Amino acid sequence: MTGASVLFDAPGPKARRRSLIFSIIAGVLVVAALGWMFLTLNAPKESGGITLPGMFDASRWDIYADPEIWSFIIFQGVWGTLRAAIVAAVLAIIIGVLFSLLRSAETAWIRIPTAVVIEFFRGMPVLLMMLFILLVGSTGQYWAVVWALAVYNGALIGEALRAGLVSLPRGQREAGLSLGMRPLQSKMLVEFPQAFRQMLPIIVAQLVVLLKDTSLGYIVGYQELLRVTLNNLSSFYGNRYLFSLFVITWLLYLAMNLSLSWFARWLARRGDRRLRPAKGGPLPEDPSQAILVAQANAAARQSEDNSSR
Amino acid sequence: MDVVIENLPRYLEGFTVTVLLLVVSGLAALVLGTIVAAMRISPVGTLRGVATVYTEIIRNTPLTLVLFFCALILPYLGSRLPYTVAATVALAVYTSPFVAEALRSGINGVPVGQAEAARSLGFGFGQSVTLVIFPQAFRMTIPPLINVFIALTKNTSVAGGFFVVELFTVGKELANANGDAVIAVLLGVATFYLLITVPLGLLAAQLERKWVVQR
Repeated sequence: MTGASVLFDAPGPKARRRSLIFSIIAGVLVVAALGWMFLTLNAPKESGGITLPGMFDASRWDIYADPEIWSFIIFQGVWGTLRAAIVAAVLAIIIGVLFSLLRSAETAWIRIPTAVVIEFFRGMPVLLMMLFILLVGSTGQYWAVVWALAVYNGALIGEALRAGLVSLPRGQREAGLSLGMRPLQSKMLVEFPQAFRQMLPIIVAQLVVLLKDTSLGYIVGYQELLRVTLNNLSSFYGNRYLFSLFVITWLLYLAMNLSLSWFARWLARRGDRRLRPAKGGPLPEDPSQAILVAQANAAARQSEDNSSR
Repeated sequence: MDVVIENLPRYLEGFTVTVLLLVVSGLAALVLGTIVAAMRISPVGTLRGVATVYTEIIRNTPLTLVLFFCALILPYLGSRLPYTVAATVALAVYTSPFVAEALRSGINGVPVGQAEAARSLGFGFGQSVTLVIFPQAFRMTIPPLINVFIALTKNTSVAGGFFVVELFTVGKELANANGDAVIAVLLGVATFYLLITVPLGLLAAQLERKWVVQR
């Protein structure tokens, strides 16, 4: 229960009773649905039941207990996904740092072309970029996936970092300069570490997007989790395991993504709250939103500074 | 460059399918997302729980997996839906939690005192939402919603990987057919995507800048 929803909770016995009634209805519906599944799905076709070729069929449960299948899924599929995701994440952060520094440069000749390049990468589907690198760069599927993800997420992480730089109080830069640093030194040693730390939750949230997007490798033919389980395994064991394998794949993706996004949320909760849009609201995952929130906060802080002087 | 001009009709065909996917699944996602957002702020605990679980699960599932389910698993289980319809459903379902989160962030942006004022005037849940909260939340919701639709535009390309002939598929086929002009062909495809995403992005930034300052 977050934010404004607290207020819609009319306290008292009426609300509690209504909530209880809804809970009972929902429980009955869930039990009925599960019962319907088990009663009809395993019924033979002649009696009008649907035979779901998968997890509800007892003869196909063996796949969940087969260590060979699991080792194949984990050492080929999960490893293929993580291998691409980790390398792409490191590259994306490096590219993001470069983009944010270039885009917040004083010289217009550096700033404006960088902005155009970032807009180009942000506005184009990652899948198209993968195809582009695959056909033009002749790098092989692995590097096509890695570079496309790195460049796309690098552009977005760069925007988030720029928001962090924008949101810093101007005094930080002045302090660096007054210590005798050059502008670039002040940016790298004073401003940037603060911006990075502040934007860490948004960067991690962006890495969840990256991890999800590795599954696009399926379409360009890279051997990642989706392809290994649902293409290779099901063509080896036959389609009768397709649904079971789908469920396994889904659960593995959920395990990877949920742990990373809970980590992002934990970082955001414990970190600086200046960039959160509203109490209890979701993280501004889109960096363009983060920039505007940061700008508004910076403007508000500046007007506070001016009025207190 | 010549390749792009020669094949302009095919590009436009693919572009039409892309726009169609965007509009239909966007509208469906808007409806679904509004329902989920309403559930998430409702006073009933069960509805909130269901909506939260739905949001968490769909948001952490890759779109490729959702489309795989709709395009390959459903026919295997006996569905007879055409691929385009299946892809539209998949895109709508995948986008709906993002729409819900955008709506919720707008609703959460309304100061709590407004809801308290509505309650103290004797408004019920429905009245305080429609008369007090939503009109204020709306302006804060539009820019993030536009961002959701930008993401949806780019996501329609994934449907191209699952038997839907849209802009990405057209680009892939043209690139395979014209091995000597791959760069021009793919830059042509990118231009069509940018034609949708960049103006929408500028609009979102413009509206947000205007409204963030006013807040």
